[in-house]
Amino acid sequence: MSVEPALLAKETAAPAPKPGRTGRLGRDSGIIFGAAVLLLMTLIGICAPLLGTKNPSDINPAFRNRVPGIEQTIRNDDGSTTTFKYRMGTDSLGRDIYSRVVYGARVSLLIGIAVAVISIAIGLFIGLIAGYLRWVDAIVMRLMDGLMAIPAILLAIALVSLFRAGLVSVIIAIIIPEIPRVVRLVRSIVLSVREEPYVEAAIMAGTRTPLLLVRHILPNTIPALIVQGTFICANAILIEAILSFLGIGIPPETPTWGNIMAEGRGLFRIYPHNIFFPGICLALTVLAVNVLGDGLRDRLDPKLARRM
Amino acid sequence: MAGYILRRLAATVPVMLIVALFVFLMLRLTPGDPAAIIAGDNANAEQIALIRNRLGLDEPIITQFFIWLMNILRGDFGESFFFKKTVAELIASRIEPTLALSIATITIAVCIAVPLGVLAAYKQGTIIDKIVMGFSVLGFSVPVFVIGYSLIYLFAIKLNWVPVQGYQRIGDGFGGFLQRLILPSVTLAVIYIALIARMTRTSVLDVMGEDYIRTARAKGQVEYKVLFRHALKNAAVPIVTVIGLGVALLIGGVVVTESVFTIPGLGRLTVDAVLARDYPTIQAVILLFSLVYVLINLLIDIAYTLFDPRIRY
Amino acid sequence: MQMTASAKPVLDVQGLTVRLPGGADRINAVENVSFAVSPGEIVCVVGESGSGKSVTAHAIMGLLPPRQLTVAGGRVLLEGDDILAKSRAAMRKIRGARIGMIFQEPMTALNPVMKVGDQIAEVLDIHTALNERERRQRVLDVMGSVHLPEPERMIDVYPHQLSGGQRQRIMIAAALVLDPALLIADEPTTALDVTTQAQILKLIKELRERRNTGVLFITHDFGVVAEVAHRVVVMQHGRVVEQGTTEDVLRRPRDEYTRMLIRSVPSLSPPARKPLENSVAVLQTKALNKTYTTGGLFTARHDVRAARDVNLIVCRGETLGVVGESGSGKSTVARCIARLIEPSDGAILIEGADVAKLSSRKLRPHRKRVQIVFQDPYRSLNPRRSVGAAITEGPVNFGMTEGAAHERARELMRLVGLDADALTRFPHQFSGGQRQRICIARALAMEPELLVADEPVSALDVSVQAQVLALIDDVRKRFNLAVLFITHDLRVAAQVCDRIAVMHRGEVVEEGPTATVFGAPAHAYTRALLDSAPGRDFDFGRFDAE
Repeated sequence: MSVEPALLAKETAAPAPKPGRTGRLGRDSGIIFGAAVLLLMTLIGICAPLLGTKNPSDINPAFRNRVPGIEQTIRNDDGSTTTFKYRMGTDSLGRDIYSRVVYGARVSLLIGIAVAVISIAIGLFIGLIAGYLRWVDAIVMRLMDGLMAIPAILLAIALVSLFRAGLVSVIIAIIIPEIPRVVRLVRSIVLSVREEPYVEAAIMAGTRTPLLLVRHILPNTIPALIVQGTFICANAILIEAILSFLGIGIPPETPTWGNIMAEGRGLFRIYPHNIFFPGICLALTVLAVNVLGDGLRDRLDPKLARRM
Repeated sequence: MAGYILRRLAATVPVMLIVALFVFLMLRLTPGDPAAIIAGDNANAEQIALIRNRLGLDEPIITQFFIWLMNILRGDFGESFFFKKTVAELIASRIEPTLALSIATITIAVCIAVPLGVLAAYKQGTIIDKIVMGFSVLGFSVPVFVIGYSLIYLFAIKLNWVPVQGYQRIGDGFGGFLQRLILPSVTLAVIYIALIARMTRTSVLDVMGEDYIRTARAKGQVEYKVLFRHALKNAAVPIVTVIGLGVALLIGGVVVTESVFTIPGLGRLTVDAVLARDYPTIQAVILLFSLVYVLINLLIDIAYTLFDPRIRY
Repeated sequence: MQMTASAKPVLDVQGLTVRLPGGADRINAVENVSFAVSPGEIVCVVGESGSGKSVTAHAIMGLLPPRQLTVAGGRVLLEGDDILAKSRAAMRKIRGARIGMIFQEPMTALNPVMKVGDQIAEVLDIHTALNERERRQRVLDVMGSVHLPEPERMIDVYPHQLSGGQRQRIMIAAALVLDPALLIADEPTTALDVTTQAQILKLIKELRERRNTGVLFITHDFGVVAEVAHRVVVMQHGRVVEQGTTEDVLRRPRDEYTRMLIRSVPSLSPPARKPLENSVAVLQTKALNKTYTTGGLFTARHDVRAARDVNLIVCRGETLGVVGESGSGKSTVARCIARLIEPSDGAILIEGADVAKLSSRKLRPHRKRVQIVFQDPYRSLNPRRSVGAAITEGPVNFGMTEGAAHERARELMRLVGLDADALTRFPHQFSGGQRQRICIARALAMEPELLVADEPVSALDVSVQAQVLALIDDVRKRFNLAVLFITHDLRVAAQVCDRIAVMHRGEVVEEGPTATVFGAPAHAYTRALLDSAPGRDFDFGRFDAE
């Protein structure tokens, strides 16, 4: 059997990296950019109180709907004055948008990461079993098909309507539509790995099924799941924003980028800063995570592009 | 081939049953008396009793499911106490705008995205490819309503080319209808284009790596004919698949877009129904949208037979 | 075999050098390669994997992947014209018209959504100005000349409706429809069954004779070389190490590498074997059946009987070969015996115990007694686990301590000829032949009674094959194993097996001692199989003047 065609194929599959630092940087630029922005946003969220913000729920009726840049002089108890600059303006209740956006990073990112981790964990578990045990497969795939038939946002909306509005219910409502896709991905990997001779050799060595799944089959799913996880994170942040925008997301006491925009939609024509500042932050973060996911996929397994 | 079509058709039945089951259980899972929830806050005991009777709420749950299912299949989706109409009437009155928006969006999206994706694949690695892929990631990442508001700001407020929001029925004048439809369909199309252009590019690149492409070149075929005669027909199946799967995204986007542009369609109806906790309407809308999605994918499965003779024979 | 040596060569390769991208194991894929093909002559370029023979063929066609492999020097003269110097557009006009090329995998080389007739007609469409009726006639003519049945009907058929041999004929038809001066064939029969291969080789010889085409035939199989070649070019690591007429190279090789290669080719004549005495049957199958049923709700139910009433016996200390083409059921039988799949019917007795229908729990203690060595060494080891972990997995599963299992693993590594300290390394750090040795060690770690070898050397180069086969033989003697050897390669079977069972379409059509089956085959199919073996009249390894 000739390896010549394989030689040719190998050469055409991945373009040889250009020698030197720029070549390597060029290939991983997506990962670097995405990870950097994500890290930045996370830091901003964590360090929110230290970044010149005030309490995001502070209602200040005197300063409603101010344009960005306006300043307010506050008289303190001891007679001194402090000036506070509303860098991004205020919303219809006089709250500082800059503070809300910075604190909003916390919730939006928390939702993104929580949804990604939990849906991957659940999907992996179900997918492994469904891929390996045929009778489980038949039932599970029917269920997954049914769930996937309902467009994701509709499903999330419906689930949110079932529970009282809150962080946990929103997270659950976003997780459930993501699970079927993860299950499908894991299952397809399991089905193909199952046929590999080394798995059959392990069967012949007497390895029991649970150990077989964990030791030989599961590691093959990790690269795909890492990539899928980043895309789920990006999607979750988007969906939370949409839910909040429609008024069925997280209540406005806890600022998220989505509900800041929701509040501002009524007066959009005159005060667009309500929507633009959180919108840009949201778009940038989601973009960064998507680019990170792309970069990871190109690095870990280019064949994934077809599976997803 | 007839067997193939029948099998695909038969496969949709269990899927819709599961959707129906979920939708049915939805109401039963909320705390509280389903009849009281449906009746709404302002109902009196008589109305609640009426609903309870109609839905057979005292029967065992399996019977309830069947009663409900039979009603649905007869077209009886119940009554919306919030909107004071039967749900069926409600849906009928709101369907035109959504249909118009969806068709316009799909048309724009497919006509732009597929050629764009093919171009990016053909010129892989060049600046054109990078630009197309860059725009596609962007389109994916910016939320629909931000795009919507940005477009409104630019074209409706600053440039004043089109009206800001609203919908005009075809019957009331085609010009106005079109004017009001452009911005929302372009907004929604952006995401769809991003998705389809990407998958098209990936599929075409995959296909261009296959052995029969090498054979075509070995015959001395010119490169653009290799692309059109050999690659595209083989890439058609995955591309068309993605268009079908993308309809789910589309439906989700419709909900948001109708909110942004205040279009009185099914999307807005859904949001209003959720805010009012009007369960009969929510159930009906989910069923309807899911059915549409499933049917579109069924049509696409059947369309495969046009492209791939291995399915036909 | 006629030779028209005096005519001007159709193809004259002079000092061809093709550079590899940086980071590969050598600088050039192909270096300073020179040879010529005359009209009506078949020149075989033979070599192992990595020798550069396929790269050479692609370079001549101008089909090298543009950003990876670049021509760095030399000339390629096609009927006097230097084609390396030509522009891309000019080269396109030559491809298909003056050079035809056929490839290894006929299924993937044809466009699955295009009718086969159209794919042949495409060549005419590109290079001629014939109208549709004329094109159709030419296509029908060429389909007839490659002996395709019912061209009128077949012209509208799709590739997936044809067999492998028929698809390759379509490829040949498309390559030859414009009567090119040169035909390049890149391993065209490697993916085909032995009987189909024989037909295609015959076809190529016939067409070459009729049209006086020069043929450049790439292969790794010396049997094929003996069968069709007028002249031979031997390549190693990108260089030509020897070339000459077939007689000269095969009987009087001068280069050491060539001698080693030719010696490694197993002979079709089985060596004399001592019959076994008092031996115990380790494996016995009785009426083993495996039927696959397809079809469901809306399609017709379709039964495929992969194995029919198969009765086999393997005794301790002997090697039973199961020989057959693809679809013969030999792999199915092996997998049933190993209980990787469950047979539909019949008994599988391992030292008397019937394992055919046991549940997985009851089967577990029996697992130790049958072990498999698989075909593909690149997929037989988990790439993420060390080689030591792979070998110790089995014994540890059955209660051995890690330490003891590790000791046994070291012993076995030494036994198979590898360094015991290499246990900590990972599969990708070993070559194909070494990986196969590791798989043998892994199988032996379980101390089995029966070793099933499923095409264990088919994916290996011929020089490595001989070593692995010797190892299997050694192991069998040392541990007094019973070996079930599955193969499609008659030469390997002749050399390695004591007894042979020939399978065809799920049934065992003939069985007996190797010498008898090869020397005096009783069944028509066995005879056809033996007649198809390429180069069967050639006795490899017997060099003149040695």
